Amino acid sequence: MKLLLVDDEEKFISRLAERLKLRGYKADWATTFDDALARAGAEKYDIAVLDVKMPSMSGIDLKSKIERITPGIKFIFITGHGSEQDYDTVCQEAICCIIKPFKIEALVEQIEQALNS
Amino acid sequence: MNIVSRLIAVAAQYKPRFWNAGTSKTQGQILFNYRKFWFASVTLRSLVSLVPIAILFMFTYVLENKAIRNENHLHTIRLTSNTRRTLTYFFEERLDALKFIVQEEKFEFLNNRLLLQDILRNLQRGFGGIIDLGVINAAGLQINYAGPFDLKDKDYRNQRWFVNCVQNGSYLSDVFLGYRNTPHLIIALKRPTPDGSFHILRVTLDVTKIIQILTSLELSERSEAFLCNRDGLLQTPSKYYGEFLQRVDLPIPAYSDRTQVMETVDKTGNPILIGYAYLDNSPYILMLVKRSKEIMKGWYTLRQEINWVFGISVILTLMVVLGISTFMVNKIYDADQTRLKAMERLESSSRLISIGRLAAGVAHEINNPLAVIGENAGLIDDIFNLKKEYSGDRQLQELIATVLESVERCGEITRQLLEFARHFEPKIQSLELKRIIAGVLSFLKKEASYRNIRIQMDIPDDFPVIDTDRSSLQQIFLNLINNAFQAMDKGGRLEIRAARQSQDLIRVSITDNGCGISEEDQQKIFEPFFTTKGMKEGTGLGLSITYGLVRKLKGEISVQSTMGQGTTFTVILPIKHGGDFRNETLAG
Repeated sequence: MKLLLVDDEEKFISRLAERLKLRGYKADWATTFDDALARAGAEKYDIAVLDVKMPSMSGIDLKSKIERITPGIKFIFITGHGSEQDYDTVCQEAICCIIKPFKIEALVEQIEQALNS
Repeated sequence: MNIVSRLIAVAAQYKPRFWNAGTSKTQGQILFNYRKFWFASVTLRSLVSLVPIAILFMFTYVLENKAIRNENHLHTIRLTSNTRRTLTYFFEERLDALKFIVQEEKFEFLNNRLLLQDILRNLQRGFGGIIDLGVINAAGLQINYAGPFDLKDKDYRNQRWFVNCVQNGSYLSDVFLGYRNTPHLIIALKRPTPDGSFHILRVTLDVTKIIQILTSLELSERSEAFLCNRDGLLQTPSKYYGEFLQRVDLPIPAYSDRTQVMETVDKTGNPILIGYAYLDNSPYILMLVKRSKEIMKGWYTLRQEINWVFGISVILTLMVVLGISTFMVNKIYDADQTRLKAMERLESSSRLISIGRLAAGVAHEINNPLAVIGENAGLIDDIFNLKKEYSGDRQLQELIATVLESVERCGEITRQLLEFARHFEPKIQSLELKRIIAGVLSFLKKEASYRNIRIQMDIPDDFPVIDTDRSSLQQIFLNLINNAFQAMDKGGRLEIRAARQSQDLIRVSITDNGCGISEEDQQKIFEPFFTTKGMKEGTGLGLSITYGLVRKLKGEISVQSTMGQGTTFTVILPIKHGGDFRNETLAG
């Protein structure tokens, strides 16, 4: 069970990765577009958790790039911009879209659902 | 004083709405000077309607005046004419009687006194007013006489009448006093004798008979008829215009062979109307004098009537003009006010959109640092739970739990802010009514708990998802629930019920147990600017906006209320909104 976490906010994504590790997941994280693609190329992940809107890169673009590298990978979007309704279209391409700030339990639940489906 | 102040109070009641527009500072922008507009309207309309009335009445005035004047002239002429005929006949009749006597009788009576007395008696019996009868020979000596005076052998040789009669054959005299010193007049007839000489038969007439004829005319007060001779001496007594046998106080009209009328003034300056006629073969002028003031009496009453009618028409016209002008300016004022309020509303709604965007932007920006705080605190929490050295430290755990809780609360606030501030453009979405109402209630929860208002929501689980515009729906319920809150005191109870009305419709009712709305007010409650809250509290637009929004969503809204028991607003909405919005009211 491997997760790739991408967000431009290092202090957020590193802590999230650490917390997921504490819960028994293997989680790598990246803060840049290139770093994320490099990691996706190096290893095979089951689920990618992407921020929708980051400076100098778009979560949607990143998703299609990663999808090409790792077919069958599942996506969960997280965002601080807007509410659920704003990302109806985004969510159609992913399992779901979680609004920051969120409880880690909510993310874990979505991950478990993705794995079981 | 009391009446005056009461009158002012009554007038103030009927003061039109626009009257003080622009004078109070709270009213803000004023599009027109309504009072000036009103004055202009009243002036123009008054002129347009009163000028023709005035012209019409002036014409009536002049025409009626003329008609009455003419009629008076005609009447005077007729009367004068008739009197002239009567008098002419009077004299002719007597002259003819003399002629008859002269023809019939032989010359015996010239010297026979008894015979002359017989003839006089017959004449007196036949005509009356005859005083005496005399025969004068060519030398001017009265040779025979019958009558009450002793005038036998009087010498008339040098008298004017005698000279005249000798010249003309007959003579009708002025009224004069003569030897006997009483007013009388004479008729004399010359009778030639076979020997080439002549006699004159003279009869003396009493003036009273003529006065009788003149006074028997039915004349109005201060009008009279009299005779004067061509020198202007009064031949019958006059009440107003001079002494008997003295000069009359009036101008003598110029000779005319027909009856005439002349307008002039008497010596005191009063306008008078004189009808006159020169009597044929006599020295007399018949004068009929009427005072213009008297004869125009009828005109004065008529004029008074005309004035009344004119006055009443003017007052009625002015009232109609005032009414119409006030009504019109009121309507314009109302329309302007509606426009102003709509403009204000538009302004405030665009301001709301800006504020909404700002709030949404701020909320977005806050969400990211909140997530950082959340994850960092979450990690600390995780570490506390895992590492033994911290797991016993309750205080630290509580501190971190508080941080996490606060992050969650902030997240909830920004989410609600975004949710509500987002859609200002109508957009059809599938919506769950329960969530919409819950969202609206979250804004009012605080107020409800302060005021101890219990809220009961009764929406069945199988309630359909409805396709409609979110923000409109939110605003409808926010307005209705807010309204209900304002109607209730502390400890009120609000019920929100929803049910399916039919295949295509849903029904939502919001019931409060507040003060209620009177029947009269229920009729007007959805009208713009209708408010019972007073000028300061409400714009009177809340329910009209709500009405507009419901109509926009192709729904219906109604109200049932009992004073003192509470009010129920019922909204019926279609389950599927077609997408095209109808804009009927200013709440667009």
